[in-house]
Amino acid sequence: MTTKIEPIGKSSVLWDVLKTGQAIVRHHPWPRAIINPEAWYDLIQALAGGSLILLGLWGETDTVHLALYEEAGSTLGVASLPCLDGRFPSVGRRHSPAQRLERAIADLVGLQATDPPDLRPWLDHGRWPVAHPLGAARHPPRTLPPYAFLPAEGESLHQIPVGPVHAGIIEPGHFRFTANGEAVVRLEERLGYVHKGIEALLAGAPPERAARLVGRVSGDSTVAYGLAFARAVEAATETAIPERAHWLRALMAELERLANHCGDIGAICNDAAFALMLAHCGVLREKVLRASAACFGHRLMMDGIVPGGVAADLAAEGEKTLRELVAEFRRQFPPLVELYDNTASLQDRTVKTGFVRPALIKQFGCGGVIGRAGGRAFDARRQPGYPPYDRLEFEVPVLTDSDVNARVWLRVREVEQSLTLVEQILNRLPAGPVHADLNRLEQAGEGMALVEGFRGDVLVWLRLNADGTVARCHPRDPSWFQWPLLEAAIENNIVADFPLCNKSFNCSYSGHDL
Amino acid sequence: MRKLLLQSLLRLPLTVSAPPPSEQALAELAAQVERAARRRLGRSLSIREVDAGSCNGCELEIHALNNVFYDLERFGFHFVASPRHADVLLVTGPVTANMKEGLERTYHATPDPKWVVAVGDCGRDGGVFAGGYACVGGVSAVIPVDLHIAGCPPNPMQLLAGLLALLQVA
Repeated sequence: MTTKIEPIGKSSVLWDVLKTGQAIVRHHPWPRAIINPEAWYDLIQALAGGSLILLGLWGETDTVHLALYEEAGSTLGVASLPCLDGRFPSVGRRHSPAQRLERAIADLVGLQATDPPDLRPWLDHGRWPVAHPLGAARHPPRTLPPYAFLPAEGESLHQIPVGPVHAGIIEPGHFRFTANGEAVVRLEERLGYVHKGIEALLAGAPPERAARLVGRVSGDSTVAYGLAFARAVEAATETAIPERAHWLRALMAELERLANHCGDIGAICNDAAFALMLAHCGVLREKVLRASAACFGHRLMMDGIVPGGVAADLAAEGEKTLRELVAEFRRQFPPLVELYDNTASLQDRTVKTGFVRPALIKQFGCGGVIGRAGGRAFDARRQPGYPPYDRLEFEVPVLTDSDVNARVWLRVREVEQSLTLVEQILNRLPAGPVHADLNRLEQAGEGMALVEGFRGDVLVWLRLNADGTVARCHPRDPSWFQWPLLEAAIENNIVADFPLCNKSFNCSYSGHDL
Repeated sequence: MRKLLLQSLLRLPLTVSAPPPSEQALAELAAQVERAARRRLGRSLSIREVDAGSCNGCELEIHALNNVFYDLERFGFHFVASPRHADVLLVTGPVTANMKEGLERTYHATPDPKWVVAVGDCGRDGGVFAGGYACVGGVSAVIPVDLHIAGCPPNPMQLLAGLLALLQVA
């Protein structure tokens, strides 16, 4: 079944292209259209020209999907290109943010970009029992040559290989530094070590199991992922959920943001050997986690958000607990901010360290703290927005220095915003049920959602079978568009500042590797 | 900063008292640990954490062990940067195919005597990620495991109870 796509209001590059294609009716809330190769080239052109932002690129057995965002007018849409001979025109050739996504598609689905700038595998390390696990046919595993890192040539350059097992309590990944004395000439990341095959596990899963899986794509963002998945399922089934559920979801999301930002501020200072901040921020983080457990039954609030609403209502003493938490923050947090601001030796490490050019941030559509600390005022709670944030008052802080210091300050400002949001939610929390049954589907339906996690915008796209099980689900972590910028941020910094830069980014390995 | 430091000196510590060692963990450990190890290591154990594919939820709670509430170091445990310095490997995740070799090599780089603690439901049998092409499924499928601490993720008290059991027999 097809209809025409009618753009609302002003002209839109994205919708002008999409309406040349065949629109998919059962795709909510934004349009999706199957387009032809010429239209695909138009989109690549618009991406390269900067009028569109890449939100996601993923494959199915015989189709590639391109999720796009147009800042002017704040429109979203998905363009799908059938790949008749298993190939599609490379987006990465003109628009580098797509490169790793294309390499992942080649590994997982077996669809190959034509004339891609980088032919090396990305997630497939040659260790799976099958090649192209999401592809049409099962292929025997690939034997891959040793991974060839990009060369860096010059006199007195030396390489420092780090990982995958790192010297701290962090996730695995490999970093290959080329250094000239102390200065980093090039960093190349190699990821994929924590690839768990989540997309394959999701195929055929009933929504309850799928929600548990998506809630574990990146544990630190479990609320954001739970929310994005639930909203995508609700979009696909055209289910409206009770008002109270929206507000409780936002409450969980802000608690998650508070906990993670506190942890990050402390950890960044600790990487500059200023352990006092870590100890004090650690206390605040722990208090958020304990309050979360008291209110929602789990310290990280895993599985707290389910399709149709939330798993359980706020505990009886919840409001009191959270008001005490906010009061505690208001007492304890400002002295820590002052401490950071007044410690010259600490600022000496963070100011001007790990600078990312704002042009790169814009090109990569980099969201979250990194984006907003570099002048990109994008926050999915605002644009495209979702309830109940349209009825809450909050600022989206934006800084322009784009260094480690700016990323610390941005977190500080966002902690303050989250505190006011928690208060507003408690003041205005509507009464009523917290869960609604999902509407039954008569035929397959598709949905997507974009949600602001503490790290940035989390995208979930899915197609449900008529029986309600998941046919295909693609969760896209904000880290996809942040990891590449870390390579740029560290250039010309000293090796010893890498932990600071890395921590100020705090990208997810698990969310990226999937 | 002086004010903050002074306040910390004057206030009562936030640290919670230790939980009793987990009975279940003691039972699992009893059969496996030798007396000789204790003589060699005393009651101080160095931990090397290895993420073998976790969602990073377990890492968050392992981090919390170092905060002032749980203060793991007061029991003689400390986290080290290299397996060469470790007595205990604390392994999380369903062991992805891509991390299997990394885990094996970390294990072999750890000097004897050593213990392996598998953390989380994934570490036991792959948890929600079991059954896929990309996970081996459970730490014990790759290296010998002395103790499992269940949970998704286990909270810091559960982690502490498990580790204290290890300390008692080690």
